Amino acid sequence: MKRYLLWLGLTALLAPAVQATQADQIKASHAWIRLLPADLPAGGYVTLDNQGSSAATLVSVHSAAYASAMLHQSTTDPAGNSDMHMLDRLIVPAHGQVSLAPAGYHLMLQQATHALKPGDTVDITLDFADGSHQRVPFQVRPANATD
Amino acid sequence: MKLSRFARLACLLVAGMLLAACQHEAATPWQLTDISGHMPDLAFQLTDDQGKTVTATDYQGKVALLYFGYTHCPDVCPLTLAHLHVVMQRLGKVADGAQILFVSVDPARDTPAALHAYATAFDPHVIGLTGSPADIEALTKRYRAAFSREPGKEGGSYDVSHSSGIYIFDAHGKARLLATPTDSQDKLVHDLHLLLSPGGAT
Repeated sequence: MKRYLLWLGLTALLAPAVQATQADQIKASHAWIRLLPADLPAGGYVTLDNQGSSAATLVSVHSAAYASAMLHQSTTDPAGNSDMHMLDRLIVPAHGQVSLAPAGYHLMLQQATHALKPGDTVDITLDFADGSHQRVPFQVRPANATD
Repeated sequence: MKLSRFARLACLLVAGMLLAACQHEAATPWQLTDISGHMPDLAFQLTDDQGKTVTATDYQGKVALLYFGYTHCPDVCPLTLAHLHVVMQRLGKVADGAQILFVSVDPARDTPAALHAYATAFDPHVIGLTGSPADIEALTKRYRAAFSREPGKEGGSYDVSHSSGIYIFDAHGKARLLATPTDSQDKLVHDLHLLLSPGGAT
């Protein structure tokens, strides 16, 4: 009993010193993929909530279901021309939220390793700057799904 | 004294003009941007997603929604087409008087077969159109819808920057409205309902 209490005290003392990883701080929700026909590149979307007191930086994503998965951003200029470019990183501020949603940040998923259909679930792993990872299940939805 | 009288008169004039402008604004039934008389009539010769040569006259009698895009566009193009699918559903039966023309600005990759699979994945009112680069460029220029190819990506893939507006033509092929991606589905439903109603296209 005495020993147990000692251990309890020790872990309580040590716990604050152990920094939560960036992946631990992130709560992922509303994760889905817009499936397009004929293995066309698909868009992946997810809402990231940072529940930690420091920023978390997403640096890449990967999945066994796609040969290529990239972080992208669509932008539309005032003239109405839309454009897409790759991102090196995406910062989720402390206690903040970043949405990967249509016409903004998104995952560009290419070359599915096996045929997918609406209703399937695909695991995509988020890779953070501190080397931590989080595996997120994405729901596969039809081409004409709305957010 | 003379000056202040002049100033008062000027104020009255300006106020009157503003009021007239407001009244004019209220008189137009459209919620989208009215482009009547500012854009040329619908005209093109392209290949449809069944491989058939088509011209604008093939769609006469339908309210046409012209949208430029490409199938290797995973984000913005599908979002627009998914929104149009919801708009068509909300319009119900009258939606059958509308035709969504998805014109590919990437004819090198968008074959009629690829376009057919893509178009039908969204809505039965969508028809994919492709053609020679020259014919497509002529059509984009006609509606001042710039597009460009961005080279230099690995694996020979590339992105296409393109105009994201939806050009709406009445059943006579006259340019009537322009919708931008930020325009709500409500506005599209409202205006298309008007255009599709009997006498609405006049």
